[in-house]
Amino acid sequence: MRWGVIVFPGSCDDQDVFNCLKREMGQKVKRLWHKDELAGQFDCLVLPGGFSYGDYLRCGAMARFSPIMAGVVKFARSGGLVLGICNGFQILCEAGLLPGALVRNVGLQFICRQVSLRVEETDTAFTCDVGKGQLLRLPIKHGEGCYYADALTLERLRKNRQIVLRYVDAKGKPSAAANPNGSLDNIAGICNEGRNVFGLMPHPEDACNKLLGSEDGLRIFSSIAAYRAAGVKRHA
Amino acid sequence: MRVKIFVSLKMGVLDPQGKAIERSLHTLGYPEVQEVRMGKYLEMNIESPSSRAAAESRIREMCDKLLANPVIEDYRFEIESDAPSAISHQPSAKGKR
Repeated sequence: MRWGVIVFPGSCDDQDVFNCLKREMGQKVKRLWHKDELAGQFDCLVLPGGFSYGDYLRCGAMARFSPIMAGVVKFARSGGLVLGICNGFQILCEAGLLPGALVRNVGLQFICRQVSLRVEETDTAFTCDVGKGQLLRLPIKHGEGCYYADALTLERLRKNRQIVLRYVDAKGKPSAAANPNGSLDNIAGICNEGRNVFGLMPHPEDACNKLLGSEDGLRIFSSIAAYRAAGVKRHA
Repeated sequence: MRVKIFVSLKMGVLDPQGKAIERSLHTLGYPEVQEVRMGKYLEMNIESPSSRAAAESRIREMCDKLLANPVIEDYRFEIESDAPSAISHQPSAKGKR
């Protein structure tokens, strides 16, 4: 598998993604600078967490216009696998590759802690190595992670089973108390209609080793690897 | 041509910052304040616009593409000068540079 991690000015979790893939999983990873045009063959592109362009104007608003994004959008529209983590999720929404938007946490505070997530759909490239309804412990670290979409979009997401991850409590219930940022319907991660683009606010790359408190994040990356290995191709 | 752009959250989008500001105002002794919503304000100079209509069209494009996120924000703008003349930097009466 050939992974590409996009690096924007202000990205910081590209290093975490790189380490997780290379050190923990022995994968081939390349860091891709935002100013370069996308060149080379990749199986999965990752838009990492961080503060691209300082979160100026809106999170991800300017990163979506970086030169490399033309290639990323083309890659996604032709069925390529794209994973957006935190700021990456924000960039994918701004770029129109995923519906909705991420706004300021309802409690106004930057939250940095472990959360429990329930995997709602497992027929995606990103969750096929996980059991349906399985709980994952992943860390979140964000100030603008509240997922919002209008009623029509929300209905469409539910109908198309595009809600992939929800914030839940230890018992697996998507309660209000389990919702760290006010996201509608406790949404933590969604995929596009083609199920080849996935955005999530929690950080799987920071849950890749027992030393970090959880290894659950590896399941997201192993799903992608398994999906590619099986040679299943989905076309947008 | 000086342009003033106002970006505001759409109705229906939760505004916790607005709520926090409202609470502060109440604490300060202004209980009459209700429904505070916080938005963004941008100023810019447009150099040598060919016409007001052309400038308006391009400002709308800028807002649609970058300055406002149509999922969560609305926008409106005001143009200060009709004359497509060279920009002169006048210090404003109230503000300071």
